[in-house]
Amino acid sequence: MEQSLTRFIWTHTRREQSWVVAVVLVSLIPYYLAFDLPKQIVNGPIQGQGFEADGATELFLHISPSLPWIGEVTLFPGIPLQRMDMLMALSMTFLALVIVNGLFKFYINTYKGRMGERLLRRIRYQLIDRILRFPPQQFRRIKPAEAASMIKDEVEPLGGFTGDAFVQPVMLTGQALMAMIFICVQNLWLGAIAGGIAGIQVAIIPRMRRRLIELGRQRQLTARQLSGRIGELMEGISTIHAMDTTNYERADMSARLGRIFKIRYDLYQWKFMVKFLNNFLAQITPFIFYAFGGYLTIKGELDVGQLVAVINAYKDLPGPLKELIDWDQARQDVQVKYEQVAEQFRAPLLIDEKLHDVSLETGALGKPLTASGILVQDEGGEKLLDRVSISIEPGETVALIDDSGSGAETLAAVFGRAVWPTSGRLTVGGEAVTDLPEHLLGRRITYVSSEDYFFHGSLGENLLYGLRHAPYALPEHEDARAAKHARWEAMEARASGNADFPLMADWLDHGLLPPGIDGERDLDHAVTEALRASGLESDVMNMGLRARLPGDDHAELKAAIVEIRHRLRRDRDSGKVKLAIEPFDLDRYNPQATVGENLLFGELASPQAALDILRNTYAITIMRRLGVSTRLFDLGHELASTVLELLGGPDAEEEAPDDSIFGRLPFLSPQDIPELRQLVGRNAMGGYATAVPEDRVQLLRLSMSYSEAQMRMGLMTSDLTERIVKARIELAEAMPIELQALFTPYDPDGYNDAARVIDNILFGRIGRSNPEMQRRIQKTLTGYLSETGISGDILRLGLAEDIGLGGRRLNQSQRQRLSLARGLIRQSQYYVLNRALSAVDARLHETIVNATLQTLHRHDEKPAVIWVLSNPRMAGHFERVVVFDRGSVEFDGSYSALQAAQKSNCSLVFT
Amino acid sequence: MALNEEVNVLRQVPLFSCLEPLRLKKLAFASQRMHYDPTEVLFQQGDDADKAYILISGRAEILADGASGDIRIAELPPGSIVGEVALLCGGLRTATVRALEPLDVLAIEPQDFLAVLSEDRGACVRMMRVLAQRLAVTTSDLIAARAELAQSQDGSAT
Repeated sequence: MEQSLTRFIWTHTRREQSWVVAVVLVSLIPYYLAFDLPKQIVNGPIQGQGFEADGATELFLHISPSLPWIGEVTLFPGIPLQRMDMLMALSMTFLALVIVNGLFKFYINTYKGRMGERLLRRIRYQLIDRILRFPPQQFRRIKPAEAASMIKDEVEPLGGFTGDAFVQPVMLTGQALMAMIFICVQNLWLGAIAGGIAGIQVAIIPRMRRRLIELGRQRQLTARQLSGRIGELMEGISTIHAMDTTNYERADMSARLGRIFKIRYDLYQWKFMVKFLNNFLAQITPFIFYAFGGYLTIKGELDVGQLVAVINAYKDLPGPLKELIDWDQARQDVQVKYEQVAEQFRAPLLIDEKLHDVSLETGALGKPLTASGILVQDEGGEKLLDRVSISIEPGETVALIDDSGSGAETLAAVFGRAVWPTSGRLTVGGEAVTDLPEHLLGRRITYVSSEDYFFHGSLGENLLYGLRHAPYALPEHEDARAAKHARWEAMEARASGNADFPLMADWLDHGLLPPGIDGERDLDHAVTEALRASGLESDVMNMGLRARLPGDDHAELKAAIVEIRHRLRRDRDSGKVKLAIEPFDLDRYNPQATVGENLLFGELASPQAALDILRNTYAITIMRRLGVSTRLFDLGHELASTVLELLGGPDAEEEAPDDSIFGRLPFLSPQDIPELRQLVGRNAMGGYATAVPEDRVQLLRLSMSYSEAQMRMGLMTSDLTERIVKARIELAEAMPIELQALFTPYDPDGYNDAARVIDNILFGRIGRSNPEMQRRIQKTLTGYLSETGISGDILRLGLAEDIGLGGRRLNQSQRQRLSLARGLIRQSQYYVLNRALSAVDARLHETIVNATLQTLHRHDEKPAVIWVLSNPRMAGHFERVVVFDRGSVEFDGSYSALQAAQKSNCSLVFT
Repeated sequence: MALNEEVNVLRQVPLFSCLEPLRLKKLAFASQRMHYDPTEVLFQQGDDADKAYILISGRAEILADGASGDIRIAELPPGSIVGEVALLCGGLRTATVRALEPLDVLAIEPQDFLAVLSEDRGACVRMMRVLAQRLAVTTSDLIAARAELAQSQDGSAT
């Protein structure tokens, strides 16, 4: 990036800048013509100058400038017009000039605006591009929130300035010079005085404003640090509460805000001081004109006309001068901002642009992968890896183990380019990794670590993330308009120096998918295989079973699911399948379901719908008649009291929200508690009869979420369940339309859109059970699904589920397995797995290690697998084992050799 | 109510005896009630230890992997706690637990237990005492066993 902003702007917009200056100069002609015209209209047709005689005519548009040496040249002889016609013609000309001036202004402003916005886009893109090319250590220097605030906010004024960067000084200097020359022509002395004071103004004011700029720089810096700190505050909130440091943080924040306040207040003081001085200097000149010029006039050395002309001409001087000074300040201001940002984004070891070139083809890496004399030191100078040399051939399976220290982890991170060595060489096939393009390294070496990142989106999108290398097939546009828009987008991107490959293209690298058994590279097959090897298939299936299918799509799938429901029912009735399921039955209360689900015999359309139902006269009349409302009111009250008791008194509220309680009460959040406390207090004595209507609705709504099986508070009696079932049947008899819209009833032969897939298959709830039983149910269901041929559809539903920010909707074990699957779905020559499954439980871990090795070595072209094991017991699955001790290789050989060595050397790992 | 019944069982467990009834109720509410049929397995030797189980009703057995199949180590009566190590330090299961009868258990997650415990400093101290007493007993057993071993080795040497 260029050192100075002016140079940056000039380099990237010089053609536009020159064009806009030219257009501005041309626009001055109609601008000045419009100035002169009113005088002509008033003097000519209106006051009658030149029309004194009856029927007299004047020439309209007579253009004959008198040029030096040539004399008068008639360009247009003019049209003779009478007084009234002349008035109309001149007025029309005036109107035309107004329109032309307006159009010029419109064009110039839009043009400048576009120029500025393009430059802003360019600079933002360049900054982002730099982030993508930073060496890893750079990320320890810049906080993410700070970088975001720089790219988003701090460079924004640069766009606004760009439009005026060159036009403004050219224009204003021109105007100021004109006024000066005019004054000097009238009287050299007065001109010299005006020039002198203007000179002082131009010299002093910017100097004083330098302090303003310095303050502005500080303001920018402190504000950026503030946003960084706020980010930290939010990320570290649990630590803050756990350590009781909220008040320390408050003090820190207050100190920061105080510093910002001081800077901003100083800014005000200086700003208005400078303004005062500037105004003063501008006003002092007329004083001299009046005093000194008046003196000269009285003495007879200057005539009155000249003095008036000078004073008039002076009016035009301070305006441009002030604007010029303002422009200069704006320039310095954005210059400082630019330098600030550019400084932060300057990195000594930026990855070369060429290494990031887009490539549709994937070449092959050489062999072997060699580390020679790799030294890695942390910031404190501690040697994480001490001059390690190791070479790995394709086809090898290598387990890396840390006896003590973190040498194995660090070496794997070096292979994965997540850590750059302090010294030493990493080569593939003899070529230095630093010279190899990322489209080779990033595809032919697959690196998976224990803390890999997931981007916001669905599970499937994240699974295929590692295949999005280049726009393989350009998007096909539906109509000419879409195609035109796409062309425009690409043109604009190029105009701002942005990447012009369309996001909507097919980015999926099918060529990198591992070939199936038949040699075909099929996406679905690759997905299933990767999920299976990483032990994630049943998790995804489970997510699919828990998905909902709203709307009219998936009609066939829904029919198939209802079909499975019937088969499951038959098989359970005949005793072929034994599962703990509590089915939905119109005549029976389902203890595993909530009161609401039992009362409506259906699934609520939304949590809000419960309130609407409880306010509905039809529903409430039936509930009252059957004595359900009073009992449920009491149940709601009892439930609320118990929850409050469990949470502890009002004093306990100050503490952090109690996750262990709220985790079991999905219908309540900590914010509801104060209100709940009042609700319970108000209705402690009287029952349903004395409560106000809104309290009734609130307590009844609470009761709707109660389930005896889940909450075990002993609030449900057989009398109440009978009444609820009775109410359910009566409610259904003449259900009004508005009530029907609020929930979806359980229909033994229909698909319930509001319920999950699994509930639709089971048509009931899983009864008293345990994790083992849930696994068995899922296994049974999976069996039915594959028999019916819809397991692929359910898997796709699971893949379409959103995994949340950073994959937080998955647990850590699932995240790690997803990361592994994301690596396995690409055909690489080297797989580097850095404690990839550290959070996966031991049994599953070993199964996955086995399955992964088998999957990767199924083809003829066997890749190298380098696995840093968090559990050394699994080393037996690998041909070669390398043990690290405090950053050095302690052992390198086969597993059996290691076992032999262990007998003689106790320091080697595991017994 | 079921919750109260669970609290009564929890109070009999030595590890929890130092906690107040209200906190036990909270713990019970946060925990999951599960049901196992006979021969169903609660956990297997070598699994990650992630939960402790309180037997509310029914009996279970503890098994260890042996050279010739599972070896029965002990039988657990209702009211027992099993897998409590999970609550304090995790690690791997050292034995397998299987239901002998229809079994109702309360599965307690470490984070819920620690949350309840962290609200009551007194309980922490009392619990430390319980654990230390157990350690003292185990240590003296160990010393006695070692002494016995040394003696028998001396005896065989001479």
